[in-house]
Amino acid sequence: MTIIKTSVGRRSFLKSSAMAGGGLVIGFNFLSSCQSKTEEEIMAMPKEWFDINAYLKIGDNGVVTIVSPNPEFGQNVRTSMPMLIAEELDVDWEKVIVEQAPYHPEKYGFQFTGGSRGIMSRWEPLRMAGASARHMLREAAAQQWQVPMEEISTASGVLHHELTGKSIPYGEIASEASNIPVPKEVVLKEIKDFKIIGTSRKNVDSKSIVTGEPMFGVDYYQEGMFYAMIEHPPAFGMTLKSVDKSSVINMPGIKDVLTIKSYKDGYEKRVFDTNAFSEIVAIVGNSTWEVMQAKKQLKIEWQAIEAYSETVTSFRGDKKTVNIPAGLESTAKHNKQMDILSAKQGKIVRKDGNPDLAFKNAAKVIERTYSAPFLAHNCMEPMNAFAHVTGDSVKIAAPLQIPGSILPTVAASLGVAVENIEMDITRMGGGFGRRAYAHYVVEAALISQQMEAPVKLIYSREDDMTHGIYRPTYRATYRAAIDANNNLTALHVKAGGIPESPLFADRFPAGALDNYLAEEWSIESNITIGAFRAPRSNFMAGAEQSFLDEIAETIGKDPIQFRLDLLQRAEDNPVGEKNDYDAARYAGVLKLVRDKSDWDVNQSNAHRGISAYFCHNTYAAHILDVTIENGKPVVQNVSCAIDCGVVVNPDAAKNMAEGAIIDGIGNALFGELSFKDGIPEKKNFDTYRMIRMSEAPKNIDVHFVENEIAPTGMGEPPFPPIFGALANAMYKATGTRNYDQPFKVTKDVLG
Amino acid sequence: MEVFTLNINGEKQEVNVDPNTPILWVLRDSLQMMGTKYGCGIAQCGACTIHVEGVAMRSCQLSVAAVKGKKITTIEGLSENASHPLQEAWIEHDVPQCGYCQAGQIMSAAALLKDKPNPSDADIDAAMNGNICRCGTYTRIKAAIKTAAKNG
Repeated sequence: MTIIKTSVGRRSFLKSSAMAGGGLVIGFNFLSSCQSKTEEEIMAMPKEWFDINAYLKIGDNGVVTIVSPNPEFGQNVRTSMPMLIAEELDVDWEKVIVEQAPYHPEKYGFQFTGGSRGIMSRWEPLRMAGASARHMLREAAAQQWQVPMEEISTASGVLHHELTGKSIPYGEIASEASNIPVPKEVVLKEIKDFKIIGTSRKNVDSKSIVTGEPMFGVDYYQEGMFYAMIEHPPAFGMTLKSVDKSSVINMPGIKDVLTIKSYKDGYEKRVFDTNAFSEIVAIVGNSTWEVMQAKKQLKIEWQAIEAYSETVTSFRGDKKTVNIPAGLESTAKHNKQMDILSAKQGKIVRKDGNPDLAFKNAAKVIERTYSAPFLAHNCMEPMNAFAHVTGDSVKIAAPLQIPGSILPTVAASLGVAVENIEMDITRMGGGFGRRAYAHYVVEAALISQQMEAPVKLIYSREDDMTHGIYRPTYRATYRAAIDANNNLTALHVKAGGIPESPLFADRFPAGALDNYLAEEWSIESNITIGAFRAPRSNFMAGAEQSFLDEIAETIGKDPIQFRLDLLQRAEDNPVGEKNDYDAARYAGVLKLVRDKSDWDVNQSNAHRGISAYFCHNTYAAHILDVTIENGKPVVQNVSCAIDCGVVVNPDAAKNMAEGAIIDGIGNALFGELSFKDGIPEKKNFDTYRMIRMSEAPKNIDVHFVENEIAPTGMGEPPFPPIFGALANAMYKATGTRNYDQPFKVTKDVLG
Repeated sequence: MEVFTLNINGEKQEVNVDPNTPILWVLRDSLQMMGTKYGCGIAQCGACTIHVEGVAMRSCQLSVAAVKGKKITTIEGLSENASHPLQEAWIEHDVPQCGYCQAGQIMSAAALLKDKPNPSDADIDAAMNGNICRCGTYTRIKAAIKTAAKNG
């Protein structure tokens, strides 16, 4: 039995004062925006709703509205988060309507999407919201029936008292329940008693999606709004010099051309304020098409930036100085710079044992260098935002991952109080980290303020791709010392990137080796970078897992057994104390995927590669089967094993893993953004190759480790290891290893 | 600017726009029909797929003048109440993640099934290769198309 004190996050449960007298009656016209007509049609409308707490209200007919607090970008939290509440409330899922919360941190806590932390961070608070409501319903029934609350049970939204045979549906006592004080502590269900958590429930938004209902930021419409697009410098390292408004102002439908300065002088940026182009031009008009035409004709002069430094406050609140160099950067020059730093000693981050001696005494040393280019996020819905600034009050509706991170900036740039900003969280057409950096919201707000009108800002695909907050370009050099008995005696990793290092010094195989050395380096840049699905892990996993594969081959061990032996060492007798993984759980996913894919028995006609990784609190392992057809890799099958603790919505979790696998294969084979003189060399999907239907795996099997550990994330962890599985399988198929992304088939195909 | 009478989902709609305006932006900006999505503007991603006289077309590359008088179907008009076998199959297979590309995917698939009621894997690959899904739901899309073909 889990007893949870409700004092943590208690503000979430404070009821609105408006409902002090007998329950708050809320009009139900908001149902027009709810997620599923099917459910609406099945369910008769309640005449009255009773607010039990910020997360749920119960209709007099037993229909329950559950508020989903976090932004949705495809990870399906709008289904899985309400499932947590419905489970503890003890209602039938079919009676649940889901609503999206507006941005309201006092009521809903930290509303964010990122770091695969959604379900993990909401696991207890949301169940508590359901359980405290159930408690209040039971107490209301106890008072009505004059029986002890402990004797009242619930099932499917009905309260029962066995001794007297009394029962009452939630809807008929919700009014009374809404006046019961919020309990000081509540009892949460035991996992074995779950009826909803752990069962697959369909995405509550599917019907709206397949019928094309407006739900994304870009769909937001307000009568009388203008459409706006931006022109930003064509190259990183440049800024606005001047704009010739007269070149387009008389074009059809054009209302104005504005210059926007996103940050007031001296504004101290925080981590998600990343933005290379803080001075840009906005074209405003009556329709997107007319604005696009003017955008093509607009005459703007740009100029080179000077080097500068800025202080940026990190996610944890500490400040650091970032140096932004001047100049127009190119991939060719980046590669030369990285060659130089790869060859020098880096900053030592971790050293176990005596790696120098182990390398000196080694019978054999393997050294390999891995690289990966910048990547653009390429969310299918381009960056956009709606803003309406009227005097000192502001209305925003935008697709963004961390609303709370951009509000202070919007407020400061507009010169209004944060409290005066009302923000609707729309569905996002993908995020992948990009929409954590919501400079486009600031831009939309400033345009609206200048226009004194509601404005919808939309980026063209070209703007979206060339005004990126990219995944950095990385390098990693691995060295392995092998003794005369084919034992791995030391491992050395030196990793770096532009402008950040991807190294995680305390991850596996650190802790499994007596002698270990980890170094890192970085190179300053004016190209903006940021979170991209499993930041840094999305490179390191592929490099590390490819290298382990090569070591296993060199010493003549099965690649899974080789990893399991290292993990056994790390479990039995770990080296160092800071190892950032649970060796037994790590081994668990390897064993599960080995069993499920018949690794030891069946090699079929395909060539198999194994890879595993731990990041964002979840363990994932993949076995990928590839054939080469007409010089191209064809992924026949991927078997995947995941340990993310309790799986809330299994089929939806499988969908996340499938998507991560396909996304990873796509980025491994095609993902690449290069620069010449500061200009991104790809601007749209004609040149930036995305994985397509015919290139996706023919089959994907996803398996979960069954345990009762509190759930961790699914959005990121299955992504990084697929790079390694593909690299290792392609090696088996071709006899040539890929060290540089995107991967290529360069040699003759083996039979 | 010119007045056009359009036949969209069986209804007549009148718009007054530049004749070069792509039908995508007429749908979205003039008629507030938001189901058809902008993804790339150069017919490379398929998010804006509609049917013109039953043929799948990229609406970002099709001017309003070119579709004057022609029968246009958008995702909003594909069926009554999500009853098209593809829409039902999409829900059954729980296909969407972010969902942004899915209207375009369904419109491409609907045109495919009209031509080939029982498509092979190669037929599906060929018909659907112009539709990007950034979330990577391709395996589910393919499964849903097969289910719809069976149920259709």
